Amino acid sequence: MTRRIRVLIAKPGLDGHDVGAKILCRALRDAGMEVIYTGLRQSAEAIAATADEEDVAVVGLSVLSGAHVPLCEQLREELDRRGLLKGLLWMVGGNIPRRDIPALQALGVGGVFPTGSDFDDIVAFIEQEVPA
Amino acid sequence: MSRPKPTMRPLVWESGLEIQPIYTADDVERTGGLDGVGEPGEYPFTRGVHRHMYRARPWTMRQYSGFGTAAETQERFQYLIKHGNTGLNVAFDLPTQCGLDSDDPMARGEVGRVGMAVDTLADVEEAFAGIDLDAITVSMTINGSAVALMAMYFAMARKRGYELNKLRGNAQNDILKEFIGRGTWIFPVEPSVRLVVDTMEFCAEHAPKYSPVSVCGYHVRESGATPAQEMGYGLSIACAYLERAIARGLSADRCAAGLTFNFDIHGNLWEQVAKFRAGRRLWAHLLKERYGVTDPKAMRLRMIAGGGGGGLTIQQPHNNIVRGAYYAMTSALSGTQTMALCSWDEAYTIPSEDAARLSLRTMQILATEIGLCDTVDPLAGSWFVETTTNQMEELIREQMAELERQGGIVDAVASGWAQAEVNRQAYQLERRLRSGEFPKVGVNLHVDEGEVDQDVEFHPYRREEADKQLRRLAAVKEQRDDAAVATALQRVRGAAESGANVMPVILDAVEVYATVGEVVGALKDIFGTYAEPVRF
Repeated sequence: MTRRIRVLIAKPGLDGHDVGAKILCRALRDAGMEVIYTGLRQSAEAIAATADEEDVAVVGLSVLSGAHVPLCEQLREELDRRGLLKGLLWMVGGNIPRRDIPALQALGVGGVFPTGSDFDDIVAFIEQEVPA
Repeated sequence: MSRPKPTMRPLVWESGLEIQPIYTADDVERTGGLDGVGEPGEYPFTRGVHRHMYRARPWTMRQYSGFGTAAETQERFQYLIKHGNTGLNVAFDLPTQCGLDSDDPMARGEVGRVGMAVDTLADVEEAFAGIDLDAITVSMTINGSAVALMAMYFAMARKRGYELNKLRGNAQNDILKEFIGRGTWIFPVEPSVRLVVDTMEFCAEHAPKYSPVSVCGYHVRESGATPAQEMGYGLSIACAYLERAIARGLSADRCAAGLTFNFDIHGNLWEQVAKFRAGRRLWAHLLKERYGVTDPKAMRLRMIAGGGGGGLTIQQPHNNIVRGAYYAMTSALSGTQTMALCSWDEAYTIPSEDAARLSLRTMQILATEIGLCDTVDPLAGSWFVETTTNQMEELIREQMAELERQGGIVDAVASGWAQAEVNRQAYQLERRLRSGEFPKVGVNLHVDEGEVDQDVEFHPYRREEADKQLRRLAAVKEQRDDAAVATALQRVRGAAESGANVMPVILDAVEVYATVGEVVGALKDIFGTYAEPVRF
């Protein structure tokens, strides 16, 4: 049996809108993945530490406040500090204007899923990107 | 060849009510009759809380707004007032809502982003400068840090010569719903609820015309609840605050009169109408029968109800203009007192000035051009509407009973049960949206193939405004009397610990320019912070 994909879903910053994040957690769990959800208001440092300790293959950030660029900058620093930038699939979802996608990709974000994205597409994306 | 006979599929509302193609007087009788309908402006207020409703005065139009610094927000306030806004609905940025100062490391990138940044009384003074607080009532969307912001608002009003005992307005200040959705909680559940009761007590004694709490079914619905759940959870939350206030020896009549409500509108028009008519009736019954409230005026469920963001879509965003208009119409048909509409671009961003004005114009068109204000509760007496009103009341009661089985709303929230239950609903709805079972134009039908980019104006985030706020905070700290601040904060800790009402000492603290972060920090010293039960 192949090992189940471990995913960390995180709410960075102060944004309290977690409906989408929690629905995604359920969808990923239904797709057979192991899901860890951080809860609200996590610092970049705490998210990176959890990703490290839990040895996850995927980190998904959910941001609806519009602060996705500065928050991703902070997370990049923390992941880098822990040597996690390579080999980790990093995704962002939420209220993300399409014009911000290149900036996020430049930071190392592997998948951007703006509000309205299909959860099945996210599942398929993870399954394709993460080696079994 | 004869045409195939059309088949009728069963139709079930989100709340679980099966809807018939035809209703008759028998259905009304079978579900409880018309006895509970009554007259408008009279117990049990099924038909509305005022005798003449919109014939006497249309609903208050109160668009939600605020961003950047107090100076920027003040400009938008003046713009909205100039265009006919009759009340203000203030948005605060996330650091303010979470009780953090603009210079807190966790506030980085968030200062002034989704609302106005407030650190000290100086910001509140600037935001409302020149606004006549008698003519324009101010509603503050603030919860976790409400004690600090309410104190600042009262301090500002007092400095400008308004008497607290005549001051009108309201704060959202419904912390229980923050634990279910929206998420700007700070302290653990019990002390959080105690702070709400402190504000109820303070207002009952010193600011009786100010509504200290606006109970929000809205955000429960936005988090995935059905309309019956939204009303049931909302009323259960209101009961929880009221029971604690009564236990403290406060008058049930006085406290009930200070409670207002905030509800959501999206989805089926008739389901919303039945939800509101049933909710008003049930609330009046509860107050009279369970809590012994005697003044009929205190039994009125007064509400702000407007277009919910949850109904809007990022796909084909201009469709949201049409949705917003129907939501507003639904709100008027439901007898709301105040309306705020989510603007069409709100599925993405803080509304642009044009979009906010369009929402206002939508409400104005409805109020003046098409006859929505002609008569009170125009749907009353319809066999369909009265039957479904009766049935929705039962469904709402069932939701409240389920919460009671979980130990009451406070325990259900503390354990994470309520959050998980609402999220389960959200996931089901999402699945039904994906499968097309729940129709949504632009999402699962009438989809524009190849739609990729939306041409919308994004609200720019200006770092220089955040920097300005940091300099402003530093300047206020430089000029204030630090010793007086320290003494005042120590008294806040003392009151929090002893169980005395914290409001008077917080008022003293903000008057000497203690910051939001300092006041909240003092309370955290005693209460600690909430540990979120992570359940999904």
